[in-house]
Amino acid sequence: MKDRLRRTMMFVPGNNPSMMTDAYLYGPDSIMLDLEDSVTMAEKDAARLLVHNALKTIDYGNTEMVVRINPLNTPYGKKDVEAVVSAGVNVIRMPKTETAEEVKELEAEIIKVEERLGCVGRTQIMAAIESALGVINAYEIATASKRMMGIALGAEDYTASLKTPRTDEGTELLMARQTIVVASRAAGINCFDTVYSNLNDMDAFRREVEAIKALGFDGKSIINPRQIEVVNEVFAPKQKDIEKALRIKAAIKEAAAKGSGVISLNGKMVDKPVVIRAEHTIELAIASGILREEDL
Amino acid sequence: MTINKAFAGTLESGDIMIQIEPSEEGKLNIELDSTVAYQFGEQIKKVIADTLKELEITSANVKATDKGALDCTIKARVTCAAVRATGKDVWNA
Amino acid sequence: MNATKDRENMILAEAKKMNKEVFNEKNLIKDGTEKQEALKKSPKIVTLEEAIKKSGLKDGMTISFHHHFRGGDKVVNMVVDKLAEMGFKNLSLAASSLQDVHEPLIEHIKNGVITSISTSGLRGKLADEISRGLMDTPVVFRSHGGRGSAIATGELHIDVAFIGASSCDPMGNACGFSRSENAKSICGSLGYALPDAQYADKVVILTDDLVAYPNTPNSISERNVDFVVEVESVGDSSKIASGAIRDTKNPRDILLAQTAAKVIVNSGYFKEGFSIQTGSGGASLAAVKYIRQSMIDQNIHASFALGGITAHMVKLHEEGLIDRLIDVQSFDRVAAESIMNDPKHKEASANEYASADEPGSATHALDIVILSALEVDTDFNVNVLVGSDGIIRGAIGGHQDTAADSALSIIVCPLLRGRIPCVVDKVTTLITPGKSVDVVVTEYGIAVNPNRPEIAERLKAAGLNLVDINWLKERALKVIGTPAPLPFGDKVVGVVMNRDGSVLDVIKNINA
Repeated sequence: MKDRLRRTMMFVPGNNPSMMTDAYLYGPDSIMLDLEDSVTMAEKDAARLLVHNALKTIDYGNTEMVVRINPLNTPYGKKDVEAVVSAGVNVIRMPKTETAEEVKELEAEIIKVEERLGCVGRTQIMAAIESALGVINAYEIATASKRMMGIALGAEDYTASLKTPRTDEGTELLMARQTIVVASRAAGINCFDTVYSNLNDMDAFRREVEAIKALGFDGKSIINPRQIEVVNEVFAPKQKDIEKALRIKAAIKEAAAKGSGVISLNGKMVDKPVVIRAEHTIELAIASGILREEDL
Repeated sequence: MTINKAFAGTLESGDIMIQIEPSEEGKLNIELDSTVAYQFGEQIKKVIADTLKELEITSANVKATDKGALDCTIKARVTCAAVRATGKDVWNA
Repeated sequence: MNATKDRENMILAEAKKMNKEVFNEKNLIKDGTEKQEALKKSPKIVTLEEAIKKSGLKDGMTISFHHHFRGGDKVVNMVVDKLAEMGFKNLSLAASSLQDVHEPLIEHIKNGVITSISTSGLRGKLADEISRGLMDTPVVFRSHGGRGSAIATGELHIDVAFIGASSCDPMGNACGFSRSENAKSICGSLGYALPDAQYADKVVILTDDLVAYPNTPNSISERNVDFVVEVESVGDSSKIASGAIRDTKNPRDILLAQTAAKVIVNSGYFKEGFSIQTGSGGASLAAVKYIRQSMIDQNIHASFALGGITAHMVKLHEEGLIDRLIDVQSFDRVAAESIMNDPKHKEASANEYASADEPGSATHALDIVILSALEVDTDFNVNVLVGSDGIIRGAIGGHQDTAADSALSIIVCPLLRGRIPCVVDKVTTLITPGKSVDVVVTEYGIAVNPNRPEIAERLKAAGLNLVDINWLKERALKVIGTPAPLPFGDKVVGVVMNRDGSVLDVIKNINA
């Protein structure tokens, strides 16, 4: 499902059983079990098995399950694909993606496993863009496969590739962030901002979330459950937007009842983008607990 | 199947450490130390034995130090230790 | 006419009528010694051995102790060692609670010095051994309020109370803190020791800071004290939590705390002038932080906070959010210092805190309590005493008392602790009857006792995630599998009393 709500994607180290069992309790929209940077080389095999068995067994409810695999050009990447696809993962997150070819290569690996299991098309892909080349190729990457669910910025490697340090103001990330938002919108998929690692400064975190929401991101990668509430608060729609969305929704109903294709509100015609935004606002309002499904 | 000494897992809460050694006796010996031995000792031993059986290991000395791991974790750790002990991976890729 | 003679006769006649002697000047002793010097030779100041001898303690009698120094207590071991050395046998030990540090009691039980125990709880090696059948007489477990009642009614008669105090003057005026510069220890409230001081036949104060008379305001009055013993140390105060407020970083505790706070705010009891008690666990302390925010946001103030008082509660009090603190036990140094300095921070005896038969006990005026649990069952019964491995590892504390008397009792516990389920079919040991438990908060959802549909309605209206308690039990089993039954034996090692003096449950020995 491409159009689900994805405000928070929580990173969970792939070799930590208790964090893997608990993660979904905190209500992230997506959980990303990590086989890459948080797992040492000596434990790659162990983490892969742990993630495989967890995906097969643990009831994660409606949470979207994502696994970040190791790059395919490492000895681990292909085994990772086999392990997580066979366990029924929703999305594979490709790290350090630089070209559309890499996405296609991953897709081919996924298809191999899916064909064996008889479930072709089940696994989606998202790509993390973590280098200057990746940013330049963002649109090609975003459109490289119909399995593409989203693209995400990985800021640590990216700023390193730019030869500049990362700052709280994020000036150095501005072009990458905007490129990723624009590329994802052009491709019709989601976009996610990078992690913010200082857990002791929740105010700075909130400012960053506000900034990336304003840029157009669908959500943020997070590293700790404590960050969920902040992201959800920032992404919660404002009361006047909800009221407007509800009026538009009512107008749609009214038009449908009349059998009219033209939706009008206060005597003005309502355009398609306005309808889409209204639906998104209502979806966010429900997810944020401001609206209830039964109130619609 | 040749078995070398190997281990997998950690002593963190919610995890289990599995050590495998070859056995001279030609059977499976499981020594379990668990924080939940009263309630789950037999179940844990069964998961260990079943997992090894699936991997066609019927003779080994297994030492398990459990910190309240769930069955899926036990299975993952046992499989990992077995793969490390035999050098025979479970993945085709 | 001899007026003087007549008057003497009249005095004699009146004295006779009253069956009294006539005043004799020889009986009046005027001592001009400087008082500060005189006080140093107070007849009450003796050694521990002299105090024991003079107290008239005999084999088979009951001695008592408090646990305000918690894991840092030195008094129980010091006194029982001395009693053993003096050859006492067959004593009953009536503690307000016992901790890991009291492991040496195992030897004294084996040697017959101590043959019966009553307490609120047991922990560590001692608890382990008793759970396996160390004692022939079952340990009697009472809540704090229940112990207060039992002492007041005489059901629990104390022959000699040994009370550790952080300061005491030569006459016996004692406190759980010291205002002198020689202060060595601090525990704050002496609430659990106050019934002992009032009702025991003989009271011995042990102190590590013998201060000048008068040590006022005092917790324990000289009127109740027979002997004062100066010792090197009564307790290691660092073992009662250190002063600084440290917020938990454990995400599960934070989730539980946030949920508990939401339950409180939407329960219908969160109103101007409400009263509250919280525990000292991570989730409970974190909940105070979120409740505080709601109090500020909604401009709501509490009339009092009760119970074990923590630095968190002191902070809210000092900020003007809570008017009074009623303190039976100070959980950390900040609370202990506050009770010393702040007249609105009141010390309460166990009876004033939580006794069922004391109409004025504070629990009777309590709106909301947050409590923890080792297990809750599908009838909302709670166990806080016996672990799911059958070994005693906790204390009743004020659990029974506050759950029964409060308007709203909220149990906060994780559904799973590792592979151990906290919501179960039937509790291993019944401590707090389900009828007095209103809401159970877990990380998987909130269960409301069907007896309280109005609370369920309010929480549901607030959009909280309400679930059936049976669903929680099933959910736990789904994750962990079905636990095997525990290998209990047939020997009764513990008897659990309800706060009204009735017998609630028994604890059997564990064979493993």
